[in-house]
Amino acid sequence: MSEPLLSLRDVVVEFPTRRGVLRALDGISLDVNAGEVLGLVGESGAGKSMIGSAIIGLIAPPGRIASGEIRLSGQRIDNLGPSQMRALRGKRIGMVFQDPLTSLNPLYTIADQLVETIRTHLPVTAAEARAQAIALLDRVGIPAAAQRIDDYPHHFSGGMRQRVVIALALCAQPDLVIADEPTTALDVSVQAQIIDLLKDICAERGAAVVLITHDMGVIAQTADRVAVVYAGRMAEIGPVSDVIHRPAHPYTRGLMGSIPSLREERARLVQIPGAMPRLDAISAGCAFHPRCDVATAACATTRPAMTHLVSAQKGEQSADRFAACLLLDHTAREGGEHGG
Amino acid sequence: MLAFILRRIFQSVIVMLTVALVSFALFRYVGDPVTSMVGQETSLEDRAALRDALGLNDPFFVQFARFLGNAVQGDFGISYRLQEPVMGLILSRLPATLELALISGALAFIFGVGFGVYTALRRRGIISNAIMTLSLIGVSLPTFLIGVLLIWIFAVELQILPSFGRGEVVALPGGWSTGLLTPSGRASLILPAITLGLYQMTLIMRLVRAEMLEVLRADYIRFARARGLSDRAVHFGHALKNTLVPVITITGLQLGSIIAFAIITETVFQWPGVGALFINSVRAVDVPVMAAYLMLIALVFVIINLIVDLLYYAVDPRLRVDRGAGASA
Repeated sequence: MSEPLLSLRDVVVEFPTRRGVLRALDGISLDVNAGEVLGLVGESGAGKSMIGSAIIGLIAPPGRIASGEIRLSGQRIDNLGPSQMRALRGKRIGMVFQDPLTSLNPLYTIADQLVETIRTHLPVTAAEARAQAIALLDRVGIPAAAQRIDDYPHHFSGGMRQRVVIALALCAQPDLVIADEPTTALDVSVQAQIIDLLKDICAERGAAVVLITHDMGVIAQTADRVAVVYAGRMAEIGPVSDVIHRPAHPYTRGLMGSIPSLREERARLVQIPGAMPRLDAISAGCAFHPRCDVATAACATTRPAMTHLVSAQKGEQSADRFAACLLLDHTAREGGEHGG
Repeated sequence: MLAFILRRIFQSVIVMLTVALVSFALFRYVGDPVTSMVGQETSLEDRAALRDALGLNDPFFVQFARFLGNAVQGDFGISYRLQEPVMGLILSRLPATLELALISGALAFIFGVGFGVYTALRRRGIISNAIMTLSLIGVSLPTFLIGVLLIWIFAVELQILPSFGRGEVVALPGGWSTGLLTPSGRASLILPAITLGLYQMTLIMRLVRAEMLEVLRADYIRFARARGLSDRAVHFGHALKNTLVPVITITGLQLGSIIAFAIITETVFQWPGVGALFINSVRAVDVPVMAAYLMLIALVFVIINLIVDLLYYAVDPRLRVDRGAGASA
């Protein structure tokens, strides 16, 4: 297999505080291949967005990448200087933020912001940049783009602003787009449109997407693979249908069980008991064991490593399938029953 | 836009009328104008005749209307103390005050914004901490003390700058006299301008710093960084412009206070401006000058507020609602 576009290896992000060092990310490893959509799921505070910030080098100080490495097309990017990293942002890695109402500078027109970004990365004149910007706005579905480009952000609705944000993230043709909950702040009726747009436009340009969300429905429709994050650690990663139908990690199973379904009639949605531990109170063993319904004594003391799942379920290929659980055999069997 | 300006002008007129009423009440009821004007030997009959001639026996509204009519024409009567038309007195001293106020206002704005941005961007730097500490002193020291200290250091000890007066002035056409064209005039301006502007500078600096720190946390700044824009573009393009919206208001109001509070600085430095004129008039209960000064300061505040509102318009596109149709997309 060819080299992945993006590769994280054992990335640890720490925040030194007065009460000790907090580990926001603890040993995150994942790959993103060129052109694929990787979903990142987990509950609030699990570290999904922190992974995005780490990749693009915008971790809020005093946080920092303490160890591990991040490679983009084989080149290490976690230790680049500020100006090298800046040249990468927007140009190689684009980012879409959660709230389109606040991601655009209210005092500049859409044209100002697009042209500025394009000219930062590409050697074009202002007129060329403007023409590119209009074409891009047209592509992301802004009607009458040539007229609307001189409007200010407050002239646009939330959905339209997120289209503009996508245009801004993509205007220098990055290979990788990190979308940090791009639809959470939007009306349900436009969420699907924005996700489709993001997926289509990235596919057209061959850009890979890291889609951060807590909406499993979005992941199921959009992503090729999905990574489940819990308390700053990887719980599970694998192809979407595989993870959804045969979750290997008890946490993933809990997540899947808590999704309402229109097809099945369930009396009550399954709830994962308890809450995610605070960053300064993660157990020495598996981070999930206090809430796990199948935990054993060993779970409290031994930290599970990411293990390659060799499952021969129904003869389906499931390479690229990892989970971190001491009881993998047990859970895989359970998962198999669930999926079958 | 036009409706907005008209509305603001209407409000300004109301404010001016209110101030005129206060000013008139001062004129009419603080002390007896006749007593102030005549000597002790004047007979009661003469006083009554004078009272009649001045129209002081007319009904209140007639007197107020007459006061307003005169004020609009720039006629505030004759100074009791100097026996000259009040308007001429004020106009001859206005250039000195305006020059001082504008220079110190400009200094306060430039250094205030500069230091504010610097301390916000280098939050933990040694220089930033030094500036912040010094600014605390600037905020807490009273103006006259700063003036006296500066005189002591630069005029008495070092003897490099003059301690009082305006230096040599050049008369410009239109009755404006300026000290900016002569070396002694410029040298004389330095200490008073610093004295007057220091407090305003620290205020603007602290405001800019606080606003800037707030803006730097905003999502659009994060997004601008995520697009790979240079620090320069992010800090001075995206962040500073957003910072300036509230700063403009405060600076505008501060310019008004600078003109009004120039009284203290002008007294300390014997600056021949309207502030010094006002102080001397208060001592002599020269009511026409006091009333005119009150009106003048009110007018300055009203005009500055009007300009600030228009600047808002220029800076913040969200206030320009004239393109209403765009919001529906």
